[in-house]
Amino acid sequence: MNIDSIKNGIVIDHIGAKKGMEIYEALHLKDLDCAVAIITNAKSEKMGKKDIIKIDQDINIDMEVIGFIEPNATINIVKDGKLIEKRGVQLPEKIVNLAKCQNPRCITSIEKDLDQIFTLTDKENQVYRCKYCEMNLK
Amino acid sequence: MKHLIDIKELTVEEIAELIEVAKDIIANKAKYAHKCDGKKLATLFFEPSTRTRLSFEAAMMELGGNVLGFSEASSSSVSKGETVADTTRVVGGYSDIIAMRHPKEGAPLVASEKSIVPIINAGDGGHNHPTQTLTDLLTIHCEKGRLENLTIGLCGDLKFGRTVHSLITAMSRYKNIKFVLISPNELVIPEYIKKEILDKNHIEYCQTNDIEEYMGELDVLYMTRVQKERFFNEDDYVRLKDYYILNKEKLEKAKEDLCIMHPLPRVNEISTDVDEDKRACYFKQAEYGKYIRMALILKLLEVK
Repeated sequence: MNIDSIKNGIVIDHIGAKKGMEIYEALHLKDLDCAVAIITNAKSEKMGKKDIIKIDQDINIDMEVIGFIEPNATINIVKDGKLIEKRGVQLPEKIVNLAKCQNPRCITSIEKDLDQIFTLTDKENQVYRCKYCEMNLK
Repeated sequence: MKHLIDIKELTVEEIAELIEVAKDIIANKAKYAHKCDGKKLATLFFEPSTRTRLSFEAAMMELGGNVLGFSEASSSSVSKGETVADTTRVVGGYSDIIAMRHPKEGAPLVASEKSIVPIINAGDGGHNHPTQTLTDLLTIHCEKGRLENLTIGLCGDLKFGRTVHSLITAMSRYKNIKFVLISPNELVIPEYIKKEILDKNHIEYCQTNDIEEYMGELDVLYMTRVQKERFFNEDDYVRLKDYYILNKEKLEKAKEDLCIMHPLPRVNEISTDVDEDKRACYFKQAEYGKYIRMALILKLLEVK
């Protein structure tokens, strides 16, 4: 399978296999007008299989959420066909509507139109807690 | 606008200020009798809690204010499907301050995000109950004269008991506090409390099954009830509910100035023969709850 390389844009690499769509949706990439390619099950020496997302436009989007879904991902910025920046991702301080609180006693289980918000409380152990009931996100 | 949803929101200085005002109220009741004339407190109790609701209502009345509200969800608009956010917005138009109790954890926080008046969390499920913790702090301060240099025994259900977790969190900010954690093996303090509060703040503590083992070292003994509603298995509840019963004999080695506390209601965990002991502070503790709530209402309404 051949996907053209991009001249100006973003390549999100080292995504665990099958997680590409999750990131696609979390970044709302379907709302973009430019070409976006999701490559799944690409061969990887380190990971065995991986997903890659290529965005064919140099756009400014908040990619913080990637760190929650795939902490090992790398973000590559391409300009004029050259790689000008390569960086890892970090755990976001807050995630919104990416996960649902599993505590049946939490107000989020009954209150209509309430965002599911989790905040990072322990970076070392990657612990997120529900903003409302403070239960761990599992 | 300020709310009180979680005891952690209050600084040590703010707690000291509330205690100071509460003690001044105790000493000069008449001075505060009209501080809230014309103000209304709404008590929105989506689950019954007579003691807490009466304490809030008595607090507002003693400040000269009025109270309105409901004492269970079936008599409120929530039975028609109204959200907490909507109820709060509506009641904010009828009152100056709201005390909310709700079975769902985080409900008062949702209310505070939408409310046009201050919200006080009067207990949200097994999560937070900050005015109980403030009550406990005022009781300790009044009875012991300090919140530092204390050995505090916590006895009973340390696993599910939110009052115990909040008290540990609050007391961990004061100097030279030691905890003796007394519980059956099935109801020991959760690991996250040990790791995130006790260890993190380098607080000295020990765990035991035996209520008498450290009795002679305690400055405060905080008894708790084993709550039936926290158990999925009735047999477990029956086996553990009377695990500790504090009586005169068990207090033989206790200090003369021990302060015995209990958030109440008690079932069997404190024998009535202790009630007349001068060290029994649990009924005074309930009264202190009214005074600290008066101080809190004044603070949130910014009444000088």
